[in-house]
This record gives sequence, C-alpha cells and structure tokens, in this order.
Amino acid sequence: MKIIVCVKQVPDAKDVRLDPKTNTLSREGVQAIMNPYDRHALEEAVRLKELHGGTVTVVSMGPPQAEEMLREAVSCGADEAVLVSDRAFAGADTWATTYTLSQAIKKIDDFDLILCGKQAIDGDTAQVGPGLAERLDIPFVAYVRKINDCTANTIRAERLMDDGYDLLEVGLPALFTVVKEINEPRIPSLKGKMKAKKIDIAKMTAADIEADPEQLGLKGSTTQVVRVFSPELKGERAMLGGTSDEQVAQLYEKLSPLL
Amino acid sequence: MDYFLSEEQQMIVDVARQITDEMIVPQRAELDETEDYPRDILTAIAKADLYGLYIPEEYGGLGGGCFEIVLALEQFARGCTGVATAFAASALGAYPILISGSEELKQKYMPLIASGEKLAAFALTEANAGSDASGIQTTAVLDGDEWVLNGTKQWITNAGEAQIYTVIAITDKSKGPRGATMFVVEDTDPGFSYGVKEKKLGIRCSSTRELIFKDCRIPKDRVIGRIGMGFITVMKTLDQSRPGIAILGVGLGQGALDEAVNYAKQRVQFGKPIISFQAVQHILADMAIQIEAGRALVYSAAKHIDAHKNDMSKASSMCKVFATDMAMKVTTDAVQVLAGYGYMREYPVEKMMRDAKILQIYEGTNQIQRNVIGQELNKEYTRS
Repeated sequence: MKIIVCVKQVPDAKDVRLDPKTNTLSREGVQAIMNPYDRHALEEAVRLKELHGGTVTVVSMGPPQAEEMLREAVSCGADEAVLVSDRAFAGADTWATTYTLSQAIKKIDDFDLILCGKQAIDGDTAQVGPGLAERLDIPFVAYVRKINDCTANTIRAERLMDDGYDLLEVGLPALFTVVKEINEPRIPSLKGKMKAKKIDIAKMTAADIEADPEQLGLKGSTTQVVRVFSPELKGERAMLGGTSDEQVAQLYEKLSPLL
Repeated sequence: MDYFLSEEQQMIVDVARQITDEMIVPQRAELDETEDYPRDILTAIAKADLYGLYIPEEYGGLGGGCFEIVLALEQFARGCTGVATAFAASALGAYPILISGSEELKQKYMPLIASGEKLAAFALTEANAGSDASGIQTTAVLDGDEWVLNGTKQWITNAGEAQIYTVIAITDKSKGPRGATMFVVEDTDPGFSYGVKEKKLGIRCSSTRELIFKDCRIPKDRVIGRIGMGFITVMKTLDQSRPGIAILGVGLGQGALDEAVNYAKQRVQFGKPIISFQAVQHILADMAIQIEAGRALVYSAAKHIDAHKNDMSKASSMCKVFATDMAMKVTTDAVQVLAGYGYMREYPVEKMMRDAKILQIYEGTNQIQRNVIGQELNKEYTRS
C-alpha cells in the first residue's frame, strides 16, 4: 500500500503570542513543530505500512525550514519525504494550497491512500484535506478515528460523529483526515533518526510541479486575511439566588422568552 | 558537563530522554503503587530500537557497546530505576550468550533480544548462593540428548516476564568452580515454572521471582560455551554489566537533584525561597559534585570496558561502588531538602531513596566489589 501523508509545520501552540500592534501571530522566537493532528496521520500511515507492507511518503508545502520537520517524520517511520517549496507559493490560502499540493502529488507517483490531520492548529480551517481530495477527484472521509481493514481496492474506516461513529467503506485511492483518537504517535526510533539524518529530501518548485503561476500563492488565493483581532466578550452574567426551586423558577422565566 | 558525545550517541540520549519524559515520569508513581510490570514502556523502548544498542549488527543490533547502553540507562533511571532495571535485566540475561555462546545460539537468540521481541533474564542467585556463588545447588545432568535441570533460583529479575533465561547449574560437583555450566532455558520448556512475585522496598515495577526447575528438560545444544565454563562466563558477564548498574545510580541521583533544586527554588520559608539559604545550597552543591564525579567515572569505565575486554574487573567494580553509594547518599539528601514533603509519597524523592538501596546490593554487593578491587590491586602490584 502506497500512502502519502500531508504534513504542515506550525508554531508551537504552547508558545503562541499575538503582536499587540498588528494583531497577527508573532512568529519570532516561536518554535516550529509538526502539526499535532498530522502526527497522528503519520503514525496511522506507518502502522498501516507495518500491517500491510508498502511505503509512506510525507509531503509538505512550506518554507525551506520545513525540511527539519520532514526529517522528524522520517525518524518516526516515513520512507520518503518531499518538500514543495517556492517563493511563488507565499501567501497561499487553502484554495491555492490544495492546488499546489495536488500538482505535487500528481508528480510523486501513484498512491492508494492520502492521510492528513483533520486540521492545522494555526489556521484551523480543516479545508486542505477535503479540498485536496476534490482536486484529485478521489473519495474523502473526514474525522477518521479508526481504520479497520483494507483490501487492494477498498478500505473501511470509522468516522467520528458527535453522537457515535459512521462505518464507511470507500474505494481506493482515497483521502482521509484523522482525529487524535485514532492512535498514539510513537517516539522516534534510533534507526529512524539515523536514517533521517542521511536521507535526501526531494525538493519540488513551482516549475517542477508544472503549476499555472496564476493559481499559486497570494495571486491564486480567493480569500484574503483583511484583519486579525481578538473578539470582544459580550456575554452577560447573572447569578440566581434562593432555594433550588426558586432558582429553577427564575431560570425558566429567563429562558422561556427564548423558546 | 559536555562529554563530547558523537552524533549517534547524542541521538541515543535524545530518544531515551523522550521516552523517559513522555512515558516513564508520568507513570512512575502509579507503577510504584501497583507494582505492575511496565510493559507499554518496554514496548516503546523496543520500538525505538534501544534493546539492540549493545548487540552487534550481524545479530540485528546497533553495534554499540557498554557506553551506548549506559547512555540510555542513565535517562531511564532518571525517570524510574524500576523501569530501568526491567530494561537492563534483559541485557544481563543476553550477555552470557554474547560472551560465550556458540554461533548457533547467538543466531537463534540475539536478534530476538535485539528487537525487544523477547526479553532475557540472568539466573545465578539461589537461597544459599548470594555473594558466595559457589553455594549453587541447582544441578544439570545429561540424559541422552537432553539436559535435565533441578533446583530453584531466587530473586531473578524479569522472571515470569522474560522468555529467554540464562541459568547456571552444577554439572560436576567434584570439579568445584570448574563444575558449573550455563544453559539457555526457554519459558516454554517442560518442568520450568516460577515462584510468587516478591514484595520489595523499591524498584517495585520490576519483576522479582523464583525460577523453579523440576526435571526441566532442555535440548543438549542449549549449553552456553563449554561445559564447566559457567563461572568464567558469569564473571565476565558481571564485569560487562556492572557499569549498567553504576549508571542507574547516576541517573537516579540526577533525578533526585532535579527534584531537590526545583523544590528549593519554590519553597518559601522565612520569607525567602529556601535555595537562598547556604545550608540548603551546600547540600545541593554536594549532590551535584557527587553526581558529576559518578557520571565521569562510569562513562570512563564503560569506555575502558569497550576497549579492553580482558581487563574489565577493577574499572567495572570501582564505578559500581562509587556511583551506587553516591545514589544512596544523594537520594537521602534530596528527601532532606524536601523535608516533610519529601517523606510523603506525593513527591517522588521518597521512592528514589527506596529505589537507591538495591543498587548497593544487586549484581554483587558493594562489599564484594571492594573485594574485587582489592584483589585486583594485589595482582597489579605483584606483577610490577
């Protein structure tokens, strides 16, 4: 089974600060980590490889510094790593990102399954997974909490819902985004770390993926971030007093106009 | 201090540290309480390739030596000496095969031990054979194509958890020290069973049980080395493994110092953090000095052992004595710094103090180590 895992480098959430003047994320001195949900996607891919054989290729669109994260992915069991990096990609929204990634994946080789984290913890859009599946015209399942079994052509997975889960069977190739409940990511192995140190990370530029320049980066983005701000808290708070029965009566009185 | 580790050695430290911080430290108090064997942690250690650190590459290991396993053990012991003991016991069980075993035995068992798929254990001690190993009463008699073992081994670390046991037994009583032989016994061999799990002062998550052999029959080719060479294999094994115990003292001491310093910075008495009082500073300073001296000695001894396979005893015993006596002192001092809180199970230092004691006892008491050092000195000065 050939599996591709899309990973993104994000600022460490433990360390995030907002620039008080511009209200944008201050990235200076903030450690970059692999998006935690992507870590679960990677673990699941490696687990499937160990069960069924095959290969795991990690792909990231990002700046040259993302190479470090890709090496970490190799130390955790990925076989190959591809960095899709070009100045032309700068400022991409999810629309342009899915275009770029889909062009890169078309160049990589054939694949059976693509796994992504359910969302990145910086943008929190959860759009790249489904967007990429759409661009590649393959079946998509979000919020996968368990992958049960797979054959050469199909795969079964459990999709986490608010009130339980859906059991789905889809044809391969397919794209899943995974939730953290799916597994416990492993600690890198020694052999993995040694391999990661030596591995050649494949690099792909805009030219390599034969991208249409109009669809890349800021130019290819259909959304723009106009302003970032912390929302004001508007809620009102009221304390109810008296006995339990009196409190229930007061609460009912307050809520009934809303019903 | 910077010990100028190679890039690979630094990777070993990093992997072991991550396992320690993410898995061992969060679980140690519960493991101490429940006395459960730390299976999930050992599985993670196996997946991280660390069971193969000291095993040659041709047997599926990473080709490192005593120094490499010492680096990993130091991290594990900083978290929990019980977990570190459970891990180290497999290496102790493997060394006899590695040191004296036939090529067939090595091919058969070492890859399984290197991957962590199977655990090993070493069985020397008996009720009447502790420091005096010549008191061994377990016997092995050849019957056709099989050896038949009878007797009971006591206080065997990893007993009941390991699948591969290296066991010493008397094969010819009339030959004295040359009448003992080592064997590989597998957990599934007929006539082999375990005694009850011992209740211990410390290292509670490690398993300590009896091995009971009642007409236990094993194939003839499970002899490790030559018949009658058992004691030589045991001595070489212990020389090789002792720095692994010594470093548990260093790691444990470091864990205790970390707790003591962090506590002293936060605990306020007389209007100041207690670390600002010299009475406390001096305790912490002495702890730090002793730990660093212990680390330097163990690292040096381990490197010496990797380079001089025929001259290991003195270095091995010296580092074991120094670092484990140090651990007892340092952990006791850590409890003193945390005082009343330190005595409570809510903080980890009382467990560290309980764990430290065994280091002065197992794999040869520190008194026996001093005998070894004394005898080596006598030999050295006679030669020159």
